[in-house]
Amino acid sequence: MSTPPPPMPQTAAPDWQAAPGSPYPTYTSPIPVVRTHLGHALASEWTKIKSVRSTLWTLGVFALLVLGIGTLTGLIVSSSESDVGGESPLALGFFGLLLGTMCIITLGVLTTASEYGTGMIRTTMVACPSRGRVLLAKALVFFVLAFVVTLVCASLVGFLHVAMLEGNNAGDPSGEEWLKGTLGVSLYLALLGTLSLAIGSIIRHSAGAITIMIGAVLAPLVIALFMFSSSLQDVQQALFEYSIPNQMSIFYANSLSESGPSGWDPLWIMLVATAAALAGAFVLQERRDV
Amino acid sequence: MIELEGLTKRYGEKVAVRDLTFTVRPGIVTGFLGPNGAGKSTTMRMILGLDHPTAGDVRIDGTHYDRLQDPLTYIGALLEAKGVHPGRSAYNHLLCLAQSNGIPERRVHEVLDAVGLTAVARKKAKGFSLGMGQRLGIAAALLGDPRIMMFDEPVNGLDPEGIHWIRTLMKSLAAQGRTVFVSSHLMSEMALTAEHLVVIGQGRLLADTSMADFIARNSRSYVRVRSPQRELLLDVLHQAGITAVESGDGTLEVDGWEAERIGELAAREQVVLHELSPQRASLEEAFMRLTAESVEYHAHTGTPAPVQAWGDGWKRG
Repeated sequence: MSTPPPPMPQTAAPDWQAAPGSPYPTYTSPIPVVRTHLGHALASEWTKIKSVRSTLWTLGVFALLVLGIGTLTGLIVSSSESDVGGESPLALGFFGLLLGTMCIITLGVLTTASEYGTGMIRTTMVACPSRGRVLLAKALVFFVLAFVVTLVCASLVGFLHVAMLEGNNAGDPSGEEWLKGTLGVSLYLALLGTLSLAIGSIIRHSAGAITIMIGAVLAPLVIALFMFSSSLQDVQQALFEYSIPNQMSIFYANSLSESGPSGWDPLWIMLVATAAALAGAFVLQERRDV
Repeated sequence: MIELEGLTKRYGEKVAVRDLTFTVRPGIVTGFLGPNGAGKSTTMRMILGLDHPTAGDVRIDGTHYDRLQDPLTYIGALLEAKGVHPGRSAYNHLLCLAQSNGIPERRVHEVLDAVGLTAVARKKAKGFSLGMGQRLGIAAALLGDPRIMMFDEPVNGLDPEGIHWIRTLMKSLAAQGRTVFVSSHLMSEMALTAEHLVVIGQGRLLADTSMADFIARNSRSYVRVRSPQRELLLDVLHQAGITAVESGDGTLEVDGWEAERIGELAAREQVVLHELSPQRASLEEAFMRLTAESVEYHAHTGTPAPVQAWGDGWKRG
């Protein structure tokens, strides 16, 4: 025991050693083992959403619709030299955003449903067996992306309209009006898209889920249009007031009716609907086979 | 190590996997063999936590799959080649998988290189051939340098060079001490790669044995005899207590006797022989016989399966 034992030869290569604490002798990888968390799933979903063409298409068309229709309506109103009578010029942004909902809905649905269509969902779930985490990461990444894009477009079109309609006796939008016409409506659209994402996860079929969501946007208005019977007047009124287009118009204070939701109400309504759909999607995802 | 215990999967009335119990051990390639529709893919999906078992349990080194914190560094799996978004490039597909498990980006380049897809890394997956898609799936399985690897029909769509490559790959992965679990419906393919064999048919376990044992037990040897004096030969054999079975086109098959003994007998009795050749039934035949019996057993539930002469099942089927 006079001489120290020679140092153990260091083997860089992985070998047969058992993993510490594991009763199973096996291969040990040189790759560091990481405890995965939501951050990893978020990074992964961000890579996914930016690496498919459909994201570029839907958001590109969205920006084109919002800015294009916004510019056109601005041009028409300003060239007619009409007097808008002190109304907020932001209200003109509504038409472009209303059409733009189709793009946001489509992207929302595709974020989840396309994985089921292509079989990618199996790869995803094998890489991240915590299904709730996958859904949450998808919803968060999509929500932030949709919100930022809508906010940029709505703000641009707002500035554009204020500048264009200066000569038409347009009012100077108040701080509250600016807030609702940019932040408010952007949050609303991003939530509507997240609702679509949840529906996509429940239906697992892109075309089906998109049809359902477009129906949800249009149907109440269309049905209400043909409710002539006076006994159905209350139903007709409610369908009008709570239809998604009317809820959106409330952010511009030009509601189709005087009663019903007002102020920031649409945002809370959509928040509850989206949370409920996500909860449903979560429960179903846990139960079903992939 | 993968442990299955009484694993059962029912889809409505249909039982896809019935009471499977076996263990996949590290350090060797375990072949998972069964005809199409036997329940191989369903079993693999249950191992990976994709499908919920109706009954029973499956554990990875003692843990359920959905409890694994770093699944890709634990298990790498190649499921049916699809499982890739066609609009995403090979590089981005692997990158998003790497990110979800905190695997460094350099691994993406390494595995692309390992499977030979570096040149098309930025190309969309929809332009890939079946073989390239398979290679991409294998790249994804290798990404986390996992200790357990599962391949569902890995040689599908690969060219001969690719098939050779995957065989070598699987053997070397097992030699490093990893658990390698490969499904196939081709016995000949398994015979070349697997050391251990798990055979299922109609969702039931038919065999759980080492490859050497399986070969020894199942590849039956016999002697093929052809003679223009068939009747005379049959008489001679009969008198010597040797049973010969007709196998069509005038040839006889003799079980359990050496060719020498039959040759000497024929020479003594002056029977002309046109052929006297020792034969060995291929593993493919043995596998087909095994799974065919499972079908028959299924049809007579409750009665013990009768011991039959080789090939009887086929003649009746």
